[in-house]
Amino acid sequence: MDLFFLSEFTVARPGIGLLFWTTIIFIAFWVMVGKFAFRPIKDALKKREDDIQSALDEAKKAKEEMAQLNNDNQRLLNEAREERAKLLREAKLTGDHLITEARDKAKLEAQKIVADARQEIENQKNKAIVEVKNQVGQMSIDIAEKLIRQQMGQTQEQKNLVDKLVNDIKLS
Amino acid sequence: MKELRSLKALFYLIPALVMMAGFPVSLAAQEHNTTHQETSQTTGQEAHADSTSAGHGTDMHGDTAHEAHACHFHGDVVETEYDATSTAFHHISDANVYSIGSFNFPLPCILYAKGHGWDVFSSGKFNFDFFGHGEGRTAYNQYVLDAGAVKRIQDASFPSGEIALEGFIHENKVVDGENKEISYACYQGKHYLLESQSTADGGLFGGGITSFYDFSLTKNVVTMLLISLLLAWAFFSIAKAYRTRDNMAPKGLQSFVEPIFLFIQDEVAKPFLGHKWEKFLPLLLSLFFFILGLNLFGQIPFLGGSNVTGNLGFTAVLALITFIVVTINGNKHYWSHIVWMPGVPAIIKILILTPVEILGMFIKPFTLMLRLFANITAGHIVVMAFVGLIFMFGKLGESIAGGVVGAVVSIPLTIFIMAIELLVAFIQAYVFTLLTASYIGAATEEHHHAEKH
Repeated sequence: MDLFFLSEFTVARPGIGLLFWTTIIFIAFWVMVGKFAFRPIKDALKKREDDIQSALDEAKKAKEEMAQLNNDNQRLLNEAREERAKLLREAKLTGDHLITEARDKAKLEAQKIVADARQEIENQKNKAIVEVKNQVGQMSIDIAEKLIRQQMGQTQEQKNLVDKLVNDIKLS
Repeated sequence: MKELRSLKALFYLIPALVMMAGFPVSLAAQEHNTTHQETSQTTGQEAHADSTSAGHGTDMHGDTAHEAHACHFHGDVVETEYDATSTAFHHISDANVYSIGSFNFPLPCILYAKGHGWDVFSSGKFNFDFFGHGEGRTAYNQYVLDAGAVKRIQDASFPSGEIALEGFIHENKVVDGENKEISYACYQGKHYLLESQSTADGGLFGGGITSFYDFSLTKNVVTMLLISLLLAWAFFSIAKAYRTRDNMAPKGLQSFVEPIFLFIQDEVAKPFLGHKWEKFLPLLLSLFFFILGLNLFGQIPFLGGSNVTGNLGFTAVLALITFIVVTINGNKHYWSHIVWMPGVPAIIKILILTPVEILGMFIKPFTLMLRLFANITAGHIVVMAFVGLIFMFGKLGESIAGGVVGAVVSIPLTIFIMAIELLVAFIQAYVFTLLTASYIGAATEEHHHAEKH
């Protein structure tokens, strides 16, 4: 048992000196490192966390805004499309209307022209008839003159002939 | 990061160099010891035969038991048998010498004795062996270095100054049913009773208040200083990195520590402390990293193997700090639950609840203290026991084959235990922090459903 002296379980006997130094060293560590390292690190980490959170929030907000914008765009597009369709429809209607109107107008015009032409023709015809009549009258007079000049002897016959002639010439 | 790498290189280099240098030297020292041993042994015997009871310190061993003991220095004795218990206990103990490999570096001794005053000197004054167990061949101002600790010769007749001793005697005596170790220093044929330093265990573990106090910068204190400075340097540089590398991804040491930091912050501080977590975070982090650093440093072989966290003194201080923080921050709710639990009949409160709660106040930090101490000490002892197998089987170098067998058996076991100890280092640091957080949390919690009680 010569060596048994070493087997003192001294670790279970807290020496006053060790208690003293541990207290000093630990409290110094706590105060110094806590104040100048742990606190700034904690603040930096917190700040970073906040930054990340706000960045995420902003991204989410931007995404929402984008979605909103997209929605608006879609809506506008739809509206525009409807508007276009409506405009097209209206234009077509108007066009059709115009065409119909034009056609009617043209028809009327044409009818009028035709009517005018007809009138003109009628007028010309009447005029021509009048002229023909006049000519015929002149010619008749001329003929009569010649007849008269030739056959002034047969007065009764002449008179009958004149009457017959005059009756034959019926004005249309 | 670059500095860290060079530091890491030093961590490997120093033990390697020490082993290379220390091995031949230790062989030489052993050779020297064997020659020295015979003469020393005989002088020891003579001195013992001449010894007369002188001074009250030596009165105690006039019996026959001490016939078996002789004045000698441990370093002079060739060990015939490997004493695993002694080796393990020696390795977990605090010391006034810092041993790196086979080198023993003296540390400052700061001693105070009642009626004697302060003594400040290097432990080199004790003239301990280059290859030894922290045993001084010289007494200085009535102090001696015996069994790795400073002890004091109580007898006032012992001369002051540097006195060459003739050896030590160690006896086991049963005092009041307890086995006590009694040591004597031999000088001029007389045996002087040695006194250990004052300890705060109240005699529970064989200590108590004696005639002197040891405020020396022991191995544990130096290790603590070293680790706290290392941690402080590391954390200051990390804090600086957060300042200078604002809004950048963490890098190097910063990114190594950040997950641990956030783990303590998010998994320990926030769940237990609620919105007060910021106030107590520095304490929790200090506890965690301080314990973890010392736990891990104690695991490194050849760097002193300081068993700081396995020393009751160290854990007692941390537990006391926890107790004080809890007690100071305890709110009305906490105290009312301890002293006068609402909603319970008065007779039960007086007889059971209040005494139990008041006991609990002290038991909580007490368990903190014991848990860390026991875990780390046990780990060191188990590793020492497995390493000791090599020497037991090898019969201290006599049987090479036995040594080889011991090594084959013990190396895998030691590696396994050291791996577990690595885990335990983290777990115990975490558990200590977690429980501290939960005790503080319980003391500062604000109950919104108080009317229910």
